[in-house]
Amino acid sequence: MNFNSLRYCLRQSREALKRNFWLALVTSCIIAVSLIILGGFLLLAVNVAQVMRDVQSNVEICVFLYDDADQDWLAGELQRLEGVETIRFVSKEEGLAEFGRSLGDAALLAGLQGENNPLPDAFRVTVTDAELVPALAQTMRELEGVEMAEYGEEFVGELLKITGWINRFLVVVGLLLALGAVFLIVTTIRLSLMARREEIGIMKYLGASDWFVRFPFLLEGLAMGWLGNIVAVFVLAVVYGKVASTLQQDAFAFFLRPVTSPEQLLPVFLGLLLLGTCMGGFGSLISLHKFLRV
Amino acid sequence: MISLQNVTKIYPGSASPALDQITLDIEKGEFVFLVGPSGAGKSTLIKLLFRELLPTKGEIYFFGRNLARLDKKALLNHRRQIGMVFQDFRLLKQKTVFENVAFALEVLGKPPKEIEFKVAEVLEKVGLAGKEKAFPEELSGGEQQRVGVARALVKDPLLLLADEPTGNLDRNTSRQLMELLETLNAEGTTMVIATHAWDLVDRMQKRVISLNQGRLVRDEKRGTYGHEF
Repeated sequence: MNFNSLRYCLRQSREALKRNFWLALVTSCIIAVSLIILGGFLLLAVNVAQVMRDVQSNVEICVFLYDDADQDWLAGELQRLEGVETIRFVSKEEGLAEFGRSLGDAALLAGLQGENNPLPDAFRVTVTDAELVPALAQTMRELEGVEMAEYGEEFVGELLKITGWINRFLVVVGLLLALGAVFLIVTTIRLSLMARREEIGIMKYLGASDWFVRFPFLLEGLAMGWLGNIVAVFVLAVVYGKVASTLQQDAFAFFLRPVTSPEQLLPVFLGLLLLGTCMGGFGSLISLHKFLRV
Repeated sequence: MISLQNVTKIYPGSASPALDQITLDIEKGEFVFLVGPSGAGKSTLIKLLFRELLPTKGEIYFFGRNLARLDKKALLNHRRQIGMVFQDFRLLKQKTVFENVAFALEVLGKPPKEIEFKVAEVLEKVGLAGKEKAFPEELSGGEQQRVGVARALVKDPLLLLADEPTGNLDRNTSRQLMELLETLNAEGTTMVIATHAWDLVDRMQKRVISLNQGRLVRDEKRGTYGHEF
């Protein structure tokens, strides 16, 4: 196909899009909505992955002691374990003070000082490799004088479970919408094919190649995909930018650090562009395969 | 140029052949009438030459190439060497005369300047200069068929196939169209024309291939329509 043919195909696609303007617009909007949902899921997944990495890299094993535990002996034993980086003794008084700070109001803990302090003494242990944490915690639990060794496994597990369900739900909804959008593209292209049936019949007698006949319809589908893409990427970029800057400024969301690095976000947006293009092309090809005989 | 060797065409579900053991040759530059009653096999022969259909038996050669063995690209080239004219004109109503003729060149990817030049030239040749901006519905039947001929000719075909080109035209307009085709033939385009216009066939004294019930019943160098059917 040469430049003149390409120009002709572009003109045909433009005319077809004008002819089916509203249907093409609705199709593009549905593509945009499905890509926004899929894109939202991808951004959520990128952020959850970051949270998980943060949690794992900052993970500390909190070794709680019985009141009669031999602290010096335990400190030595803990230090000897392979993979242990640092240990820090946190007395029950310090623990209570830290707890008060994390609540933001130490007055809430009034009356729990001294004899009434329910917290045990503890060691805070950091490790060289987050993957060693479960095994090390188990070894520490077996040491004499240790009441329990925790590293937030339940929190991490719950977080994974919840985000897993949200991800699955969004993927299903996004895929259903994407299927609906592809179906709409098939319908739009079919209408274009019907409108140009006579012309296509004549083209064959004039010696048009199969691709010359097909290409304007493929372009039409791709154009709908691209329009949906651009809208989706724009909406996602604006909304994500707002949410990210709000979270960064919000003191109550200090534990959530949204992903803002282009290296992590660019693949998401490029993936969406590719997906929208594929949806447009795929819808066109289905329609051409089903309804066009050249 | 064209050689048919024992060509038989049987349509699926049909007991009798549409064409039966046809053997003939057509030389470059010839003007050939295909005559015969309805159902004689004229349109089938035209479709076989365009390779819209394949023969059930036998071979068709176009410049020595077996049409049944053309790959996709060669088939495209074959069709680009042929101009087709239809009884019902098959013009695009929403396009002007110029656009209808230009369409044949746009399909082939020709540049706009060449299209403009060639369309003007061919419209002049078929006597439609000045009607470029008219839409088909604003033209008479004869003029519409001239647009059809111009569209077939604008790509400089080696062969022009016409299936009942005067079928929808009155006698006078039919005569004018045939004169036009004769002139174009004199300029070098080979013509194969299926027709019922017996008076024109008799008057023009060209080669006549007569078909009846799929069989070749007569092939005369300077023939007449005949009264065998």
